[in-house]
Parts: sequence; C-alpha cells; structure tokens
Amino acid sequence: MELISCKNLTIGYDGRKVLSGIDFTVCKGDYLCIFGENGAGKTTLMKTILGLLPPVSGTVIYGDGLMARPGRIGYMPQQSLIQRDFPASVSEIVLSGNLGKMSWKPFYGPGERKRAEAAMSKLGILSLKKRSYRELSGGQQQRVLLARALCAAEELLLLDEPVSGLDPAATDELYRTLLSLNRDSDITIIMITHDPEAALRNASHVLRIGDAAFFGTTAAYTASQLYRR
Amino acid sequence: MPEIISSTLSYFAFPFVRYALICGVLLSLCSALLGTSLVLKRFSFIGDGLSHVAFGALAIATVLRVFNNLIIVLPVTILCAVLLLRLGRSVRIKGDAAIAIISVTALAAGYLLLNLFPVSANVSGDVCSSLFGSTRIISLSLTDTLLSVGITLVTVLFFIFFYNRIFAVTFDENFAASAGIKAGAVNVAMSMIIAVVIVLAMNLVGSLLISALVVFPALSAMRVYKSFKSVTICAIILSAACYVTGFLISIAADTPVGATVVIIQALVFVIFMAVGRLRKA
Repeated sequence: MELISCKNLTIGYDGRKVLSGIDFTVCKGDYLCIFGENGAGKTTLMKTILGLLPPVSGTVIYGDGLMARPGRIGYMPQQSLIQRDFPASVSEIVLSGNLGKMSWKPFYGPGERKRAEAAMSKLGILSLKKRSYRELSGGQQQRVLLARALCAAEELLLLDEPVSGLDPAATDELYRTLLSLNRDSDITIIMITHDPEAALRNASHVLRIGDAAFFGTTAAYTASQLYRR
Repeated sequence: MPEIISSTLSYFAFPFVRYALICGVLLSLCSALLGTSLVLKRFSFIGDGLSHVAFGALAIATVLRVFNNLIIVLPVTILCAVLLLRLGRSVRIKGDAAIAIISVTALAAGYLLLNLFPVSANVSGDVCSSLFGSTRIISLSLTDTLLSVGITLVTVLFFIFFYNRIFAVTFDENFAASAGIKAGAVNVAMSMIIAVVIVLAMNLVGSLLISALVVFPALSAMRVYKSFKSVTICAIILSAACYVTGFLISIAADTPVGATVVIIQALVFVIFMAVGRLRKA
C-alpha cells in the first residue's frame, strides 16, 4: 500500500527553489534511504514530506489516510546545538513524543507514560530514564531522540542523519535497531544518510537526489552504473 | 543589629513598600518562568532588546504627558516583542546585530526626546531612575500591584497548561511542529507575555537591569539541576528569594533596589556555578 508518493515535486524554502523533478513512492514496510551531496535538499525534502514546508510546485500524495490523524509519523530531526547542553531528563524528552496525539489535553496520563516506557525499553534506554540528556554519550542521545520519534509514530519513521557523530560501534548498533524496527515491528522507515555504503546493506529502496538522481530498489541501484562509478 | 531589623520592618507599615515587595516577588517569578525557556532557546537577547524599547516608549509617553504611560508603553513593547522574534530568526546571521540596532536606537531616541521636551526640572534624575530603577524605596500604587497580580496569573496559568508543549518547543521546534504543535504561536505568546512582564518590572529595577531577572535565575539553576522541571522550579524559587533578599538589604542599607537585587543574583550565579563544578568533579 502506498503511503507517500511524490510526482514531479519541486521543493525549496523562503521562496527559493532548491530541487525539482523529484519522483518517488514509499509503500508500507519499505526502508528508504535518501542520499545526495550536501546542500542537495535532503532535509528540505524531508520537511516537505512532513508538511513543515509547502512544496514550491507539485504535490505530496499521502495514502492510507496517513495525515488524516496525528500520531502515525515520527520525525527524528538532526541534533541541534541547543540540545547539547539542554537540561532535560530522558523521560521528559521521550514523553514529549506523545504530544501530537493529545490534541488539547494539557498533561500526560498513564497511557502516555506506558507508551514512553515501551519506546524506551525497545531501544534499551529504560535504565537511563532519570538521567540528564546532556550527560549521555552521542549514541545514547540518538537513541533518546529515536525513542521520542517512536512514541510519536505508529507506522512511519522519518530520520535525518540518525548516525551523524556516532562512532562505528554505536553506528552499527543503531542500524541494527532500525532494521529490527523495520522487519519485526513492521515500521516503514525513510532515512537520510551520509553513509550510503552502510545504509545500502539494510535499505529496501534508494532515493538519490541532486546530480545523477535515482529512485528504485537497492538491488537495482547497486546493479546500476551510478553505483559502480 | 536588632535596631536595623526593627527599623527595616517599620518600613512595612507603609502600603507602597508592601506593594513593591509583592510586585517584585510576582514579577521575578514570571520572568524566571519565561526566562528558562528564553535562555535555553538562545533568545535572552529578546529580554534585553525589549527593555530598551520599553525605555524609548516610556520617553514618548512622558513627553506626550498621557494620563497613564502604560497606554503607550505596553502596546509598543508587545509589538516589538513579536518583531524581535521574527528578526532574531529570519535574518539568521545578522539577527543579533539587527536587534542591537533597534535597542540602541530606542535608547538614544528616548533620551533625546526627554532632553528636547523636558517635562520636569530634573531630566537626568528621571532618566537615571527609569534606566536603573529608583535610587531609594520604590513607590508603587495599588493599580500597579493589581496589574502585576493579573500578569502573574496569566503567566502561571499559561505555563501550567502549556508546560509540556513549551518544553517540546524549547527542546526541539522542528519535532514539535512535525507533531502538530503550533510552535510559532507558542513563541509569539511567550514573547508577548515577557513584554508585559518587562514593562511592569521596569518600575522596580529599571530597564537596563531587567534582563538580569530574565537570564540569571535560569542560568544559575542550569548549573546544578538536570531536568527541565527541576531547573524551572529552582529558577522560580531563586528569583523570588533573590528579590526578597535584595529588597530587604536595600531598605536596611539604603541602596538602590534594582542594583542590589541584580548583584545578589550575580553572587548566587557564582555560587551555583561553583556547586555545579564541584558536583562534576
């Protein structure tokens, strides 16, 4: 079932065009990797998919009532400078993933707490829940942000360079977690990455933007001229 | 020693002294609440810029001899709050410079106006007290007190009902927006409330010193506490406690209230910084 499809989409921000002619579809259960040079428009594309930026032209079509109610998409943005020394406990951050589903309810209830605990235990950070975010290692911090996205989402995760700044061991571990979320929990994943080689091992589909654009399955990509170049 | 205490306490027989204490505690509480989020978002400059704008607006109101200064000062400062917020983010690189320009222009225009159209014999005295607060005991009316109580109610209720959303927007605006939280609206509401708090608190500590009430409590609390909730609670308590201490000292030692409170805030910050270092070690 198609969750997202973009046809001849042009993206940009502040009235400036960044990239045009984007075509791709994401189906339920896919694991899509997006890559391209710096400044090609990867983050802009992700924000456009999320509805944070309006498309310059063309449309993003959501299938299966994806945007009809909140709580189906979880977003993991890149870490910002502000967050590095932010005084917040792990559970405060993960709990905030619930807010999208709460409409006007001001406080968290037992349901939200349970969801947060489930997300934290899925990512193996339940023991850190009282710890302060700024004291955690890079890998642990990324897991906290991933848990928050998981709390927000039931079926689709959008991740913007989730492994940036991680050492190889932490990177491997995060990729393993993502793969198990995709395979075992049936969560659709769209991930921006800097490191195509590692991502290609897990992804089912590839979207390359900028020069030498490509969209198709990972197998088709690795067999293509683009990959061998 | 008891003599100082009894003479200090004797001041509380005057209603305006009691009003100044109540207003001060309430407004310190509000600025600490909002300050936590502003400091974490790197928006401290808004407090600073707004206080200068408020001074300029106050000068206009004084020159125009309006019945109540607030009629001019409040709307102008609220408008600038929204404007500064826009400037601070849209013109990313030069945002802080743009704000500095607005601040100094407002200060200069205010001083110029007061000198060109003097309303009292002692212009420099007036200017000095609106920049640094009254040199001696502040006199506040019942109306001022009621206004402060009103804005405190608004601030506290806003903070309680939107606490979780304020946290989400402060920690990560992109994520908050993707989850359907109106991040822009939360920002605008917060800067409008801080504008009102700054205008009201200007009478107490003066416009140059008010941003200390916004940034110090949050910065001190952040040195020691590690969750958003504990930082917020600690900032409120610190802010109120520093005001009460500064206020009492200023009566006992006959020093200017604003400057005394700010120096105490600074001392507390140094202490908290040391405690934070010790804890880490």
